[in-house]
Amino acid sequence: MADRIKRIKFGSFQPNIENLLELTPEDFESASEEQKEGFIQDRKSTSYWQDAWRRLRQNTVAMVALGVIFLLILFAFVGPTLVPYGYEQFVKGSENLYPWHYSLEDQALIDAASGDVDQRLSAALEAAEKEKGSELTAIEKAQIKAKVKTEKFDVAEFKEEHNIHLKLFGYSKSELMRIEAGEKVFPHVFGTDGFGRDIMVRLMIGTRVSMLIGIFAALLVLLIGATYGSISGFMGGKVDTVMMRIVELIYSIPEMLVVLLISTALKTPLVNFQNTGNGFLQTMVGILGPNVISMFIAFGLMYWVTMARIIRGQILQIKEQEFVTAAKALGASSGRIIKKHLLPNCVGQIVVTTCLQIPSAIFLESFLSYLGVGVSAPMTSLGSMASDALGGVQTYGFRLVVPAVILSIMILSFNLFGDGLRDALDPRLKK
Amino acid sequence: MRKTANETGSEDMAKYSLRRLGMALVTLLVVASLTFLLMNSIPGGPWQSEKPLSASVIAALNEKYGLDKPVIVQLGKYLEHAVTGDLGVSFKMQKNRAVVDIILEMFPMSASIGFFALLWAILVGVPLGCIAAYKRGTWIDSLLRIVCTIGVSMPSFVIASLLLTTFAGSNEALRFFPTIFKASLGVKAYILPCFALGLYPMCYTARQARSSMLDSLGQDYIRTARAKGLKNWKIIFKHALRNALIPVITYLGPEIAYVLCGGFVVETVFSVPGLGRYFILSIQNRDYPVIMGTTIFLAAFIIIMNFLVDVLYNVVDPRIKLSGGGK
Repeated sequence: MADRIKRIKFGSFQPNIENLLELTPEDFESASEEQKEGFIQDRKSTSYWQDAWRRLRQNTVAMVALGVIFLLILFAFVGPTLVPYGYEQFVKGSENLYPWHYSLEDQALIDAASGDVDQRLSAALEAAEKEKGSELTAIEKAQIKAKVKTEKFDVAEFKEEHNIHLKLFGYSKSELMRIEAGEKVFPHVFGTDGFGRDIMVRLMIGTRVSMLIGIFAALLVLLIGATYGSISGFMGGKVDTVMMRIVELIYSIPEMLVVLLISTALKTPLVNFQNTGNGFLQTMVGILGPNVISMFIAFGLMYWVTMARIIRGQILQIKEQEFVTAAKALGASSGRIIKKHLLPNCVGQIVVTTCLQIPSAIFLESFLSYLGVGVSAPMTSLGSMASDALGGVQTYGFRLVVPAVILSIMILSFNLFGDGLRDALDPRLKK
Repeated sequence: MRKTANETGSEDMAKYSLRRLGMALVTLLVVASLTFLLMNSIPGGPWQSEKPLSASVIAALNEKYGLDKPVIVQLGKYLEHAVTGDLGVSFKMQKNRAVVDIILEMFPMSASIGFFALLWAILVGVPLGCIAAYKRGTWIDSLLRIVCTIGVSMPSFVIASLLLTTFAGSNEALRFFPTIFKASLGVKAYILPCFALGLYPMCYTARQARSSMLDSLGQDYIRTARAKGLKNWKIIFKHALRNALIPVITYLGPEIAYVLCGGFVVETVFSVPGLGRYFILSIQNRDYPVIMGTTIFLAAFIIIMNFLVDVLYNVVDPRIKLSGGGK
């Protein structure tokens, strides 16, 4: 009997079907202190976030995405301190490097072989003379001359013959010489651009800029959307109707057009403002650049509507519940009810929507930068790097591919992580 | 006298359409005013040039063009002209040419590329979504999901420029397409821009179609159809698809907007002489009348399309509650 009581845990909601009908009076005895304690230890209470974290951890895709985001953060924020080049620094003599190089000896070999036509011609004439054993006739000379001139020097074949291979990372000639002299030179991992700026550092800074803009834009959207949505939902009635009409109106405005428009229109006023003095705001404009500010204004004006709608929907559901009535009965002000009772109850939705806002903000930023109305020089972002690369894309394709790939990976991982977070925080929404 | 259900339905429908139309007009008005005010707030009037004009000349010019009036009056004038199809003249890019003429010349090109992009997006996206839903949980489903997630995560300029470097770049073996768009080349010129523009809507449609297909596959009438012994393809394409298509239609509106605005980048990358590229050029050149005219035109187009899609949505699915607010 004793071990049966042990088997059926006290308070367990699963009845032991086998023994359901064999209840004895002992089964109805109140639990001993020991059993009660055992029960408490059995079920540790899990908080909302612990529960969500447990669910999130089981989601491999989301965890991989989180790992990638973490790596990108390291790349963007720790990376620039490790690389000895500045993102605006022109490294002299290292212009237009590829992310690969030939060793010095190989370079010398290729240079000698692909040298000018005259050199090759005299070499060919000498060889022919030796073969013939006597002096060449004028016709023979002309033939050889024509042959050498028309014959194209095949680099690929030559490399294969002499076993020349590309080596990783970009170094300029002088840098290679310095290495030979025993100096340590940091490689240009992704090559350099036309001004001799190290592309990897620019990528790091660009990733940082894109990421920061995405996160801050999402926070801005959160702030405006949550305030607006919660007021609208809580007040209800006519206020709600009017506020939601406004949301509907903004929702149906094609935002891309207006964002482009705002970026164009605000640039000159902001530049003028920047030149008015040396106050805090002016310095801020100087640091961020007028384009970034107008981008944020556009975000603040246009993109909060989705957030406002979601929050309003949630608030409408929650506000009829008893704890809100209780708070009202206790005389809590509307502001307090919204802040302390309503918003904490839709935190899951808020977090998910904010998280999914980040990739779309990054998306928009890169779009604007690509079109030349986003982040402006000397600052850089992934979008403007891709747009800069478009000019020399036939020769320097990697300059376009690398930022494009990083950008896509970043957006993809934020999207996947946001999806995972949604499943973890609100399992009801899972499709 | 009591009305039949059908009569009330069509009356509601008319009411809803009217309300929706009113909303569309208000939106249009807001966009137009916003555009005007924003453009008006830029310092430096239209008389700024290398040779500074004397104050009296500027005053005379302002009077002649009504620029001395309050902004609200000017706005009214501009809107009045806009309604009659007069959006001013370009003052930089094609000097003194009417903006409307420019738009009418450029828009067909953008519209045709957008149309084909959207067409392939829907024709491929919907079946893919259906297949994914039908094969739910198999490798096909996972593969499609991965492809579509990647597809919606790549900005259109990334796709466009990667396509350009791969298939119109320096590599002779892969050089199938022209680097610069030429309408005279026919289909060949259209393939890359349409593909680049349509990839995002395609992936989006496929995801949408998958989830709504899953929804409708779980319905009772599908079980009934199955019990009748119908073939699988018939159940999917005849019974389930009809209902699964309804949410897809809802997203048509935003997708049209996306394709038109995404066209800015794609047209720029492929040098398509369309309205999107011209809009970007006008922004870079600060040709304000063109910026204003193009914005208002594109916004009007998108808003009208959204309105039509909304009405269409209600025609397709009469169950939808008409009195409710937006989506």
